[in-house]
Amino acid sequence: MIVETGHFALVLAFALALVQFAVPLVGARTGDARLMAVGGPAAVAGFALVVLSFFALTAAYVQSDFSVANVWENSHSLKPMLYKVTGVWGNHEGSMLLWVLILTFFGALVAWFSGNLPATLRANVLSIQGLIGAAFLLFIFATSNPFARINPAPIEGRDLNPILQDIGLAVHPPLLYLGYVGFSVCFSFAVAALIEGRIDAAWARWVRPWTLAAWIFLTGGIAMGSYWAYYELGWGGWWFWDPVENASFLPWLSGTALLHSAIVMEKRSALKIWTLLLAILTFSLSLLGTFLVRSGVLTSVHAFATDPSRGLFILAILVFFIGGSLSLFALRASSLTQGGLFQPISREGALVLNNLFLTTATATVLIGTLYPLLVEAVTGDKISVGAPFFNMTFVPLVVPLLLAVPFGPLLAWKRGDLAGVAQRLFGTAGGALLAVMIALFFIDGTGVLAALGIGLAVWLMLGAVTDLALKAGIGNVGARVAVRRFVGLPRSVFGTALAHFGLGITTLGIVAVISLEIEEIAVMRPGDTLTAAGYTLRFEEISPYRGPNYTEDQGRFVYFDAAGRRVGEIVSSKRLYTARQMPTTEAGIATRGFSQLYVSLGDPTADGGVVVRVWWKPLVLLIWLGGVVMMAGGTVSLLDRRLRIGAPAARRERVARPAEAAAE
Amino acid sequence: MTRKQKRLAVIGGAMVFLALASGLTLYALGQKTSYFYMPAELVAAQIEPGQRIRLGGLVEKGTVLRGEGQDISFSVTDQVGSVTVAYSGILPDLFREEQGVVTEGTLRQDGVFVADSVLAKHDENYMPKEVADGLKATGLWQDED
Repeated sequence: MIVETGHFALVLAFALALVQFAVPLVGARTGDARLMAVGGPAAVAGFALVVLSFFALTAAYVQSDFSVANVWENSHSLKPMLYKVTGVWGNHEGSMLLWVLILTFFGALVAWFSGNLPATLRANVLSIQGLIGAAFLLFIFATSNPFARINPAPIEGRDLNPILQDIGLAVHPPLLYLGYVGFSVCFSFAVAALIEGRIDAAWARWVRPWTLAAWIFLTGGIAMGSYWAYYELGWGGWWFWDPVENASFLPWLSGTALLHSAIVMEKRSALKIWTLLLAILTFSLSLLGTFLVRSGVLTSVHAFATDPSRGLFILAILVFFIGGSLSLFALRASSLTQGGLFQPISREGALVLNNLFLTTATATVLIGTLYPLLVEAVTGDKISVGAPFFNMTFVPLVVPLLLAVPFGPLLAWKRGDLAGVAQRLFGTAGGALLAVMIALFFIDGTGVLAALGIGLAVWLMLGAVTDLALKAGIGNVGARVAVRRFVGLPRSVFGTALAHFGLGITTLGIVAVISLEIEEIAVMRPGDTLTAAGYTLRFEEISPYRGPNYTEDQGRFVYFDAAGRRVGEIVSSKRLYTARQMPTTEAGIATRGFSQLYVSLGDPTADGGVVVRVWWKPLVLLIWLGGVVMMAGGTVSLLDRRLRIGAPAARRERVARPAEAAAE
Repeated sequence: MTRKQKRLAVIGGAMVFLALASGLTLYALGQKTSYFYMPAELVAAQIEPGQRIRLGGLVEKGTVLRGEGQDISFSVTDQVGSVTVAYSGILPDLFREEQGVVTEGTLRQDGVFVADSVLAKHDENYMPKEVADGLKATGLWQDED
């Protein structure tokens, strides 16, 4: 019964999405306030219906109702409760439902937080949001109904793909979708602006918080996915340039560009058309990512059971939204007024440079991802574009960008003084050079490139700190004044510095792992030892263990530091999930500071040993920690008073300040 | 410089940058991509030693030999041709006889394919796409359902 309720709620949500699309759009055209006002309640009600539907499917999973085909295919009565719940989106149908849930969630957020928008803009934004929702709900009904029943109901389910039975599934897809789908709001704002034919700095101020929020989630989703792949797949890799990883990285790159161009538009009312185009492209890349993952046209580790009709349907959605919005853009963009002139050497100029590099990097990754499809369509040859291609094209594009990052926030708007900024970055450059020297001197076997990479990371981190110090006037004014100025800096300044600092942290982690990683493979028998990076690993024993829905052979290791002291134990295992008869490797990981010792078990050999693969991953945790710091930067920036909804609050605060001063 | 000249300089700079980036991309597409072959095609094809390619097919039954330590050799077949693959390292969890694999590496003078990576399917519903297409092309595809 509850399953049918969920299905019915989804149908109602579809009908409501059509209303949300049509009525406010007509209202905005005819200037009818009553019709325009329908958008908000429709968006909120649509969200409530999809929530109901999502809960219905979750209930079917929790109760192990195997009469629902989707539950039977992806669940098992013995599966731990956490995975019963997360298993809802660990499959194609359920994850599409999550996609729509998050889409309607953003629709409802727009309805709730857009009270101060002009009525027509608000109506148009909600209308486009409704159209996207309707398209994806139709997709669910036509090709991927999660509520389909089977009769007779099987007694036991087929279990969830073991690789997905991990806490990562609880975090990674929801975060990633919040990012992917969050960009739909920017898209709707862009299309609404094109429909109205009017765009100004206020538009950028409304769009920026949504871009920031989506970007924060996408950053988290990508970082989490990377860490998950790192510890779950047992290969010790954290980024494979896999098509599906690229699919999430593409909107991140263009979303980062959008984040920066929106600043120019908001502050200087320049780059309007470009910002609009980026908003459209970023969500288009999100849709493209959805298409690549769902259609199975590319070989990838993210193998959903695929079905050609689904691919075709999403392709149709893709063509409709990308084609439609770009046509509208082509028709209307020229009528939008340009404004805000600036010199090439200026904050605006730096942000344009940022955009140039980021969009070119996006294009490179896009070409590398789609090239195999193109070649196969044209010549029939099958080729693969892997890490070597991306290392050769992406890295040379990103390194100059990273070098330029500390300059950007220090340049003045309109007309900047490059020599002056370079002078102020003297200390930063000195620090980075010192880091290069130290790396060359102390770290054995470090190549020049690795040392330069470490210098680059330090340059980024010190640059962020320098930015804050200079803006607070440390060194120029007295300590007390500097502290007061520091505290009084706008939150967006802190946000920028934090995000750029995080970028430096990630860079340091990546450079360290790529250049200083140590890998050892050996056949070991109990009692054997292996030394890697100063740690000695002793293989103790291998013993069977029974989990709730798997059996495994656990290899126990004890490891000692260079002085011979026992540090701890590492358990690494080969696991067999009984329902699917599917083996997985569960890596044993010991964390030392920001570095990790990563132990993976291979196959047993004929003579009673077992192949053991051990990695020393120096500073590997910094890769993801940097992502967390970037998210924190974004969040701080989001809390900036300027972006807070309800602008009058600022005025009240200003009035309140003298009172505070008096109280001191 | 006038406003117009300045704008031209900026646009010109951007163009030069884009040209460099496209040149690099095209060069990398030529150099850093690898072609995919099925065993029968590989036997017929002229491959320079040292050129990176990918070889896919089914792991032939009874050919998996574990040598010293982590050295492994096995044959990859498409039922028409068969190529011996030498690999050193840990095989993926789902590596089994008569299952689809994709290996990447170079062809040695003696015709043995030296692989530095071996990919197997990730769950029982999934066959590497190239292998599935290749088997369909040779008429040897067996639908599992």
